Amino acid sequence: MSTTDLTPADFQQLQSGAAAAQTPRPSLSYWADAWRRLRANPRAMISMSLIVFLLAFVSIGPGLWRVDPAAQDLDQIGIGPGADRQVTLAEPFQQWQPSISDIALADNPLGLTLAMPANTQAVRLIWSEQVPQQQPQQTRYRLYRNLFAPKDTGSFGLPLAVVDRSWFEDRLDLQPGTYHYTLVALDADGAETASAVTQAVDVIRVISIAEARQRGLLDAKETAELGQSLELAWHPLGTDYLGRDMLARLMYGGQVSLFIGIFAPLAFVLLGVIYGSVSGFLGGVTDQAMMRFADFVVALPFLLFMILFKVIFGIGPGESGIWPMLVAMIILLWPAPARLVRGQILQIREEGYVSASRLLGGTTSYVVGRHMLPNTLGVILVTMTFQVPSAIFTEAFLSFIGMGVAPPTPSWGAMCNEGIKSMLTRPHELLFPAMLISITVLAFNLLGDGLRDALDARMRGSE
Amino acid sequence: MLKYFAKRLVLGLVTIWFIASATFFGMHAVPGDPLAGDKAVTAQIRANLAAKYGLDKPLGTQYLIYLGNIAKGDFGISYTQENRRVNDIIREHFPISATLGILAIVFAGLGGVLWGALTALYRNRWPDVVIMFLVILGISVPSFVVAAISQWSLVGLNVAAGTTVLPIGGWGSVWHMLVPALVLGLSTMAYLTRLMRSSMLEVVSTDYIRTAKAKGLPATQIFSRHQLRNAILPVITVLGPAIAGITTGGFVVEIVFAIPGLGRYFVQAIQQLDYTVIMGTTVFYGAFLVFMVILVDLLYGLVDPRVRVDQ
Repeated sequence: MSTTDLTPADFQQLQSGAAAAQTPRPSLSYWADAWRRLRANPRAMISMSLIVFLLAFVSIGPGLWRVDPAAQDLDQIGIGPGADRQVTLAEPFQQWQPSISDIALADNPLGLTLAMPANTQAVRLIWSEQVPQQQPQQTRYRLYRNLFAPKDTGSFGLPLAVVDRSWFEDRLDLQPGTYHYTLVALDADGAETASAVTQAVDVIRVISIAEARQRGLLDAKETAELGQSLELAWHPLGTDYLGRDMLARLMYGGQVSLFIGIFAPLAFVLLGVIYGSVSGFLGGVTDQAMMRFADFVVALPFLLFMILFKVIFGIGPGESGIWPMLVAMIILLWPAPARLVRGQILQIREEGYVSASRLLGGTTSYVVGRHMLPNTLGVILVTMTFQVPSAIFTEAFLSFIGMGVAPPTPSWGAMCNEGIKSMLTRPHELLFPAMLISITVLAFNLLGDGLRDALDARMRGSE
Repeated sequence: MLKYFAKRLVLGLVTIWFIASATFFGMHAVPGDPLAGDKAVTAQIRANLAAKYGLDKPLGTQYLIYLGNIAKGDFGISYTQENRRVNDIIREHFPISATLGILAIVFAGLGGVLWGALTALYRNRWPDVVIMFLVILGISVPSFVVAAISQWSLVGLNVAAGTTVLPIGGWGSVWHMLVPALVLGLSTMAYLTRLMRSSMLEVVSTDYIRTAKAKGLPATQIFSRHQLRNAILPVITVLGPAIAGITTGGFVVEIVFAIPGLGRYFVQAIQQLDYTVIMGTTVFYGAFLVFMVILVDLLYGLVDPRVRVDQ
């Protein structure tokens, strides 16, 4: 006990409102306090801005980058970001009638020579006819093509053809770049002999004037001459295996992924909240029965039943398969939030303030709406945030095994599924959607951590 | 204790019945017809086929027959592969998935405990920061991307070494299992590391640790005898759900690494609408998971004496 000297002045009545001015700081509501704590958490704030950025990317993005995600650019199939988009004007493709005597053959064992400058229309190869003495019949050859320089006889690459003449015209899916052609002479039984020769060929991208006009690279009136170089349409993140613009597909795919990722948790958490609060509030036998049912649904192997539901609902022609996935998720995932909310409600039901509210004449709906649900809202919000990454993963997983959204609807998971097939030669097709999935999941996970720390005082500091 | 597990077992069986029924009625609601093949068949052949597979009977009878067969452990015959019993398919492919899964669980469990303990030991110092960063990465990157990237790195490794250091796919030797199992266990490992870390940090501030310190026990003994042993308990509880995650996560790894496991077979059966295989595999997996969770609870009772007394 301190001994303060009190004077009669201390006992004078204060003016009304004077005491309030002395409060050191305004009292904070639960939500204002939580918001203040969340703002002090840099990781949560960075994740939040990342999420805002991603939402803008998928919602505003398509308005800024007006490229049809389904349009195919056949001149630029599977190109990486920042790829060379020069194209040279050339004659339209014409049939080739080789006359071997016109061309000086290269100085290699089989005389494999590039007959004309190679371009994306055709690579024309010619070689010397060899007629072995002991085998009067015509020699046959096998021609291989590889993107990499062959190291040994096992790595010649793609067998293009077996021919019995001494020339070959390759028109198979030619892309600008370097190809390594290997010619192997076959013996009478069709087995490969040791005489093989490899030739590297640089292929340049060409387009005929008519094609250029058709694709809008040249105006109808504009004159152009052969050999002139033009620029093809710009794809900042490259194109996929069908020549579709990656950036546009990522934007539209993100719409699907984020839609499922955000709306599925919203829906099943809402369902779970209703179910759980009814169960927890009613209590007794009803509660027991309702929770037993929830236990059974929890026991269903989630991904197996996700796939089953997808099969059951089926996807009609022209449908994207987003709704069946959403419905399946809601059917299977509501029990976890329901259990959580029920536990919370049971706990809160016994709290003093609930009894007080009842005592003061609060109706059931008032008590539930004013006291019980707002007090569980923090936990619900945290659960929902953590459910977003798993919903996005589920969508990605299902699309990855081909049970997700139906092509041509893009989704990040479906794009990964397509990209993984050409992962070794065109990694960008896998990496971009995979990175976006990872960033989204990471952002929601960190935001969830931050929200939990901010909203749930008990959980603070445990992580 | 025994009574508790008898109750669990009964509940487990009811759960399996629920799974089996949900699968049965679900599959029968699928539009389409399992007998609609590529070949045009006459009405007589169709009727014969329907009789062979019991499809001509009313749905209720079919359901009872189906339940009876499941009780006998018979999942029927594949629709798309003639004369191949679903039991044989499971017997042939499940051991492969199980081997991979067990190895993945071992990786995940050992790794999770080790990394979790390390991060707690070096709290807020660089090993903690580095490991937790990797953990966040492990949780955020989808498993198929991890699988693809690790396969890609394997290709790079083999090319750089000039020989096959590790096979990039397929099944056969221990070497085939190593990388797929690691990939399969990775996200579980990341999750367990987080759990282990928070559990370790919780244990550090308990009274019995303080008592052990006050008694003058060496730090290593406190760590191994008291801290680690108690911190591991929550890790064991989540092993049940983790096994579930790993068995289904196996689909992706089996597809990417071309492993002939049951997961890959299941996906194939779905694409071919092979009803009996889908139903059999789902019920089998469901039963497997239900028993795994019970088994883990049993294990938990053995490890933690407090639970034993409580029940």
